[in-house]
Amino acid sequence: MNRHAPDLKAATILGGVATDQRHDSAHKHVTGQAVYIDDMPEPAGTLHGCLGLATVAHATIRSMDLSAVRAAPGVVDVLTGRDVPGENDISPTGRHDEPVLAEGKVQFHGQPIFCVIAETREQARRACRLARVEYGELPAVLDVAGLDPDRDALVTPPLTLRRGDAAGAIATAPRRVKGRMRIGGQDHFYLEGQIAMAVPGEDSDVTVYSSTQHPSEVQHMVAHALGVSSHSVTVEIRRMGGGFGGKETQGNQFAALAAIAAKKHRRAVKIRPDRDDDMTATGKRHDFVVDYEVGFDDEGAILGVDYIYAARCGFSSDLSGPVTDRALFHCDNAYFLPAVHARSAPFYTNTVSNTAFRGFGGPQGMVGAERVIDEVAFAVGKDPLEIRKLNFYGAAGDGAGRDVTPYHQTVEDNIIHRIVAELETSCDYARRRREISAFNNNSRWIKRGLALTPVKFGISFTATQYNQAGALVHVYTDGSVHLNHGGTEMGQGLYTKVAQVVAEEFQIDIDQVKITATTTGKVPNTSATAASSGTDLNGMAAQNAARQIRQRLTDFAADKYQVPADQIVFLPNRVRIGNQEIAFSELVKQAYFARIQLSAAGFYKTPKIHWNRDKGEGHPFYYYAYGASCSEVTVDTLTGEYVVERTDILHETGRSLNRAIDLGQVEGGFIQGMGWLTTEELWWDAKGRLRTHAPSTYKIPLASDRPKVFNVALADWPEAHEPTIHRSKAVGEPPFMLAMSVLHALSDAVASVADHTICPRLDAPATPERVLMAIERLKAGA
Amino acid sequence: MARQKVRSELRFILNGEDVAIADVAPDATLLDYLRLDRSLRGTKEGCAEGDCGACTVLVGRLTGGALAYESVNACIRFLGSLDGTHVVTIEHLSGGDGRLHPVQQAMVDFHGSQCGFCTPGFVMSLYALWMRDSKPSDEAIDKALQGNLCRCTGYEAIVRAARAISDYGKAAKDPLAVERKAIAARLAALRDGSRVEIGEGDRRLVIPADVDDFARVLEANPAATVVAGATDVGLWVTKFMREIGPVVFAGGLDGLKSIAETDGVLTIGAGVTYTETRETLRRRIPAFGALVDRIGGEQVRNMGTIGGNIANGSPIGDTPPPLIALGATLVLRKGRRRREIPLEAFFVAYGKQDRRPGEFVEAVKVPLPARGAKFAVYKVTKRHDEDITSTLGAFHLQLAKNGTVKAIRIAYGGMAATPKRAAAVEAALIGRPWTEATVTEAMAAFAADFTPLTDMRASAEYRALAARNLLMRFYLETSGGAAPFTVKRHEAA
Repeated sequence: MNRHAPDLKAATILGGVATDQRHDSAHKHVTGQAVYIDDMPEPAGTLHGCLGLATVAHATIRSMDLSAVRAAPGVVDVLTGRDVPGENDISPTGRHDEPVLAEGKVQFHGQPIFCVIAETREQARRACRLARVEYGELPAVLDVAGLDPDRDALVTPPLTLRRGDAAGAIATAPRRVKGRMRIGGQDHFYLEGQIAMAVPGEDSDVTVYSSTQHPSEVQHMVAHALGVSSHSVTVEIRRMGGGFGGKETQGNQFAALAAIAAKKHRRAVKIRPDRDDDMTATGKRHDFVVDYEVGFDDEGAILGVDYIYAARCGFSSDLSGPVTDRALFHCDNAYFLPAVHARSAPFYTNTVSNTAFRGFGGPQGMVGAERVIDEVAFAVGKDPLEIRKLNFYGAAGDGAGRDVTPYHQTVEDNIIHRIVAELETSCDYARRRREISAFNNNSRWIKRGLALTPVKFGISFTATQYNQAGALVHVYTDGSVHLNHGGTEMGQGLYTKVAQVVAEEFQIDIDQVKITATTTGKVPNTSATAASSGTDLNGMAAQNAARQIRQRLTDFAADKYQVPADQIVFLPNRVRIGNQEIAFSELVKQAYFARIQLSAAGFYKTPKIHWNRDKGEGHPFYYYAYGASCSEVTVDTLTGEYVVERTDILHETGRSLNRAIDLGQVEGGFIQGMGWLTTEELWWDAKGRLRTHAPSTYKIPLASDRPKVFNVALADWPEAHEPTIHRSKAVGEPPFMLAMSVLHALSDAVASVADHTICPRLDAPATPERVLMAIERLKAGA
Repeated sequence: MARQKVRSELRFILNGEDVAIADVAPDATLLDYLRLDRSLRGTKEGCAEGDCGACTVLVGRLTGGALAYESVNACIRFLGSLDGTHVVTIEHLSGGDGRLHPVQQAMVDFHGSQCGFCTPGFVMSLYALWMRDSKPSDEAIDKALQGNLCRCTGYEAIVRAARAISDYGKAAKDPLAVERKAIAARLAALRDGSRVEIGEGDRRLVIPADVDDFARVLEANPAATVVAGATDVGLWVTKFMREIGPVVFAGGLDGLKSIAETDGVLTIGAGVTYTETRETLRRRIPAFGALVDRIGGEQVRNMGTIGGNIANGSPIGDTPPPLIALGATLVLRKGRRRREIPLEAFFVAYGKQDRRPGEFVEAVKVPLPARGAKFAVYKVTKRHDEDITSTLGAFHLQLAKNGTVKAIRIAYGGMAATPKRAAAVEAALIGRPWTEATVTEAMAAFAADFTPLTDMRASAEYRALAARNLLMRFYLETSGGAAPFTVKRHEAA
């Protein structure tokens, strides 16, 4: 873009904080000019890789005859586990349980066992099919429903949260209900699949372009697999075509293999799996089986809950430890549980190793919590919304003491009462409840349902060390700014928001700030862009860097112009020094001639947080994000087909940095969550083979699935309770769980066939099939 | 007969440029050509099976002298099917002055992109919509976007942009509209009446000059793969890496593209795309027309043909059940010989059809429902749009004056190895009064007709139950009740 002269008379800068700045790449997205890794010009002689995948779920590899593969046209090499020069492991948590290429045995259908390197991608794909592998099949564990957390294999140590005497509270409660819920997994279905391109350098160097949310981890994994130091490996990513957690650890394999082949053959190597291979070989959201028992009084106030959250983790630990931990952290959702005992069971299974996905276990935790609310509501015969409100955490500062979580953190910022009250009014809940009831009484076949559900989501990585970030800011002598930080752009608008923060600090138009690709060479030891933390962490780090330079400029100006520092004010695109104003670029130029350093590395670490996992106690979250949604559905009781008639959302992002971007996160998160809870069904056959591995069989929402009426509002009154970046709050994950209102509206419609006397126990995803089968169960008086 | 003129290169227009290629593999896809051979990398690969729309481009084709542009999936579109067309990619949209096209500017202003990977595809689909409907209804927008997946935005921002495109420019001033005559003339000049033949043996590609030429080519090469819309064969290549050569491309033959109505019978040429049937079917057999909008996405409907849907014999093809219920017949042709058989007789067994070597499906003849007859077709899927059938039921009922069932034809897809009549259910209904009691009783007969399977789309139990219940829905809808009997996204649908 051509440089335009900054307006030196402007009242405000263009693109500062709290503006609806467009996504920095929007004009490139719409013209096809935004470069994703597969769009980069390949270096001459680039080779292409394709993974050979296991075709059984659990087996020893008796023999692997790759001669036909090697002889196929264009094939340059076939890598196996023996070709990994360093350690054949990419376990992100150091548990050494995840090989780059499996050796000796396979642990899931689709596990990579070799990698073909050929002149073209097409040749690599074709050659892959020529392998002859003999397996000695072993019994496979595919489902967690029948497993015992005390006896069966876990991939990582489980967590227990305990507050009060849950068993006693349940035993002595006037009412008790016990049940089980199945919650399905979810494929990320990022539109840009996994991809890595490695370009060999001199000595042991290699540069890897990796579609990853976690460049530093890719760097470490590649170094580990190559057996070289981290300083030899540079990982870069300008943008991903979607991530959603699916590129937090799952890019490691492709990056490691591309780098190994690139170093071995001294040619660039690109690996871009086909969509089917991507969906088969990479991890997904964990599916859970939740066993619960709840004790409550006749009004519906919960007295005690016992939970077991059993997760199908797959064959390795990956991030299953923190994912299942986070499920427990959200087994309360927005509700005070006077006594609680919750344990996780991260089971080993012979399926793909499940991984991070927006919400990171939190959604599954909350869906379990909302099922418990439903059970209580049906048991006492009240509208579930009444039971929800009855059990909310105490409002901030109400002194009632109902404010301690199952992990012993005090909820200090609770605003769920006001959020829900405002939404209940704005969506006209009470009137619509009556109308729906009347409609259902008069409609034999078509039924309507309504539900309003809250969200309280904890913000911070529960692994405390990840709550740090770095940034690098350069100011060039013409006053333009180069911005780099450890966060990655996957569409969420992080780059834009951080640029707004930097523009605001210098008081320069945002087009004076150049956003540059994330690379391990500029900001080291970064955390994954995950846990909704991207802006909170990187925005603060970039602000810190900018402030260092601004302070130097201030000191310089005070000295040069002999005015007190407090008379130096950064105005839009200019600086007032005493009684005169000069352009920002002019001050910068003068500072350069005076040999002032115009570059700074910024840093930030989240204060206040700590967590003792062994005791299950601490303050793992810096703050909570809140929201609520109300959905209405229509269900055909003959087929289970349904339509979302209307959804109203009230969500808060503190004092938003960019309401347009935040709105996009809320709308997009809701629809993605709705997909998870409705039509997105992962289906494995009896042999453990995933049969929903492409969009023809795996159905994410379409435009025509969105609610017919979709009223989304960002609350304009909250501000962050803590000193976050400009008092804004995280927005990446929390809106995902707003979609619970759709599941519960469906459940409400199903319940109407038995006059709301039976809890439908509608499991997720609530496909038309599950809805119809629930209707049949209720009709039969289950 | 004059000797057929033969040309040995493919000719089309790519954006502004005339392209002639003499070296084309029969299974080369447009997407690979754009990205790998031409470095036009604005068009993305998301799934390589025609389901996500990231690779959407426009193809302009002369039909009856008029030039119309349609969105298609470049990933499963074979290069060989593009002879004589104008291919328009995302790179062609914004002018040389760097200004954005109205579709693009609306998408930017309404925050319609997040990660941006699906965006070029959305822009192209919206562009195609805007060219033919500059003030689209929400229903039209939804329909135009059925073949485009976005995982970030939740679509709302994209729909807001779609509603506003006309505020950014006039469709009549769009370059493709302004240059329409010139492009049409260039395309007309490419039509030289030749057969195109490229390559040898299994790498041979033939584009017949016309239907008679097609018949000759196929008779002489009975082992050749016939490709019409490629919405199925495309996946044989991109997903199963099957060798499909030699290939005969029949999708562009004008002689297979006619729809005619004579004496209450619609004759639909085998090369008629879903989109091309839409208007006639909505007018003449509205329930069938509504079904067409739920087959694939817009891009697939612009490519896929009725003939292909029948000829590939899939048990989950959506048009055979309604065609069978309507009593359709199939015209098969080999050389100059034609035969006509009831459609249901064509489906012999799973993967086996009554199509003889060298023979092809030329047309399907569809008797319109008689006056007073009731016809309905219901498709049940996991996701409402762009999904493959779990179970699909088609019903064609004629009542006697006394309210008894005079005749009924019921056919299902997704319930057996082939599209199949529900003979036992029909028998349980014929001659009986058309009442809820009769229908309830007849529902038990489904077990005699169908033993469905469990797969990733639905369990056997669900298929059986939903299939039975569709008969009840048909009864309810045909017996004049006022209450709603289905859920609808758009009231008009």
